[in-house]
Amino acid sequence: MSLFKERQYLRIRVDREADDSLWMKCKSCGELVFKRRVRENNNVCPNCGEYFFLTAQERIDSLVDPGSFENLTEPIVTDDPLGFADNQPYTQRLREAQEKTSLLDAIVIGRGTIQSLPVVLGVMDFRFIGGSMGSVMGEHICRAMEAAIAERRAFVLVSSSGGARIQEGMFSLLQMAKTVIVRRRLAEAGLPFISVMTYPTSGGVQASIASLGDILIAEKGALIGFAGRRVIQQTISQDLPEHFQTETFALERGQIDRVVRREELREELALALGFFVGAR
Amino acid sequence: MSDERTLDLLETKIEELRQLNAVEGIDLSKEIAKLEEKLQHLRQKLYANLNDWERVKLARHPKRPYALDYLEMVFEGFYELRGDRVTGDDRALLAGLARLDGRPVVILAQQKGRTTEENKERFFGMPRPQGFRKARRAIELAGRFGFPLISLIDTPGAYPGLEAEEQNVGATIAESLQAMAGVRVPTVAVVIGEGGSGGALAIGLADCVLMLENAIFSVITPEGAASILWKDKDKAKDAAAALQLTADRLLGLGLVDGIVPEPLGGAHKDPIKTASALKDELARRLRELEATPAEERAARRYARYRTIGRFHVAPPSVPETPPEPRM
Repeated sequence: MSLFKERQYLRIRVDREADDSLWMKCKSCGELVFKRRVRENNNVCPNCGEYFFLTAQERIDSLVDPGSFENLTEPIVTDDPLGFADNQPYTQRLREAQEKTSLLDAIVIGRGTIQSLPVVLGVMDFRFIGGSMGSVMGEHICRAMEAAIAERRAFVLVSSSGGARIQEGMFSLLQMAKTVIVRRRLAEAGLPFISVMTYPTSGGVQASIASLGDILIAEKGALIGFAGRRVIQQTISQDLPEHFQTETFALERGQIDRVVRREELREELALALGFFVGAR
Repeated sequence: MSDERTLDLLETKIEELRQLNAVEGIDLSKEIAKLEEKLQHLRQKLYANLNDWERVKLARHPKRPYALDYLEMVFEGFYELRGDRVTGDDRALLAGLARLDGRPVVILAQQKGRTTEENKERFFGMPRPQGFRKARRAIELAGRFGFPLISLIDTPGAYPGLEAEEQNVGATIAESLQAMAGVRVPTVAVVIGEGGSGGALAIGLADCVLMLENAIFSVITPEGAASILWKDKDKAKDAAAALQLTADRLLGLGLVDGIVPEPLGGAHKDPIKTASALKDELARRLRELEATPAEERAARRYARYRTIGRFHVAPPSVPETPPEPRM
């Protein structure tokens, strides 16, 4: 049995509106819990503490001061520059993801305050084609950093991504280079960048912008790595430890600064950001 | 490629006739000329219209010249610098100093193995964190002394393994990219064979990116894309076409700056000629870059990467559907 599977945030329905059922069964502890309580609890099971996926908007709401968030996500969509189709045209996958998430791509950016500290925030949404980075996500990450520079704000990026978006081919791979080159400007401007890694921060996202934060914070339950468990096992059939690429694995090997529980993340960000206020 | 064997056979035959011609004093020149014409015709037919999957196979061709072959033919006196100063030395990603037309340059070169033994040492050309850390060291060296930096890219990708992940291979790629982004010397990257994903890009962020005619550069191997998206490993050929990973397609998409021509049939048919074309192109591109003031070069590199991506403003109605319940 694959532990990889077990580490995933459980995919469950947590609806905004009351629907046919007000209760859900946590797949981790099996307890019947009141859906609204789960929602109010940052999508953490109130019984056993299991984390469920957060949408970008839910993540933002959990981090910024109420009413402080201004969405800076321009309504841009990918051109599908390769005219890509596998068993399904990319345009159709996009449409489905857009309908499912009400987003145009896998990231939301905006300005806001975290315990009164001004930030520009970028938050990925894993529901949108695995949070993969194509032309649009790369562009939004760059615009977020440019907004941070223009407004002298800190930049916070919350990653939840399987890596590059295959359907945009080299355009996707090169978003790694694009975000890295803009990240330099942020550094030259003397502005802090805090990278928050959640489940999962992997592939091309981990091998570029997400790893280049001044401070790297992993959410408990995160997955952090470049090549996934399956790829490694398929390529070289190597046995991998149970906690491979978990936040504990990363922390023990010096890959991240800190591990934080979801409910403490806001506090943690404020604490970290506080050190940079008035620096330079 | 089985058709390739037919060509090889024909080449051998011609060579035999030539020897016969010379040794025995029998005049076979007409026959030889005829066969050569036929050979040329077959070559044209076979190679002029390669599909994308055939290009992939050519880019990975076991006889294809590798980085060390070009180091020998294009540069003088490769002086290898080894080790990452922390845990070891990667033999899939080499670094060092060399001269191009007498002038010092810094080289980063991905090297595959020819024999099983060599491939064991070089991990089939898949760099590990040690390699990317060494690359960063070499990039910084180039920056300190103003040596132009030349990358020769040829890798299936970064090595996927426990040890690589333990040493945070992703972050070492990110840091190599960061060093490439900031180094204030002219940089030229050439994909000489396989440009495999992040492991290739790590040394491929440059002022000028070239590809050999039959090289490929891709976000993922066609086999990987086939298994993830098509859920069928046998669809690699379809994936190769969909990914647009060949030199001419990437030039058409504006993602690379130039193509270095190869002889018909691939670089391995005439390595010296290929190397000579590569050397000319490298020298020309470096001259151009060096004639550009450093500030402008930095601005152009920035603009080049900042503008990569294809998107448009969505019509205001999309998507207006109400959010569906969460998964």
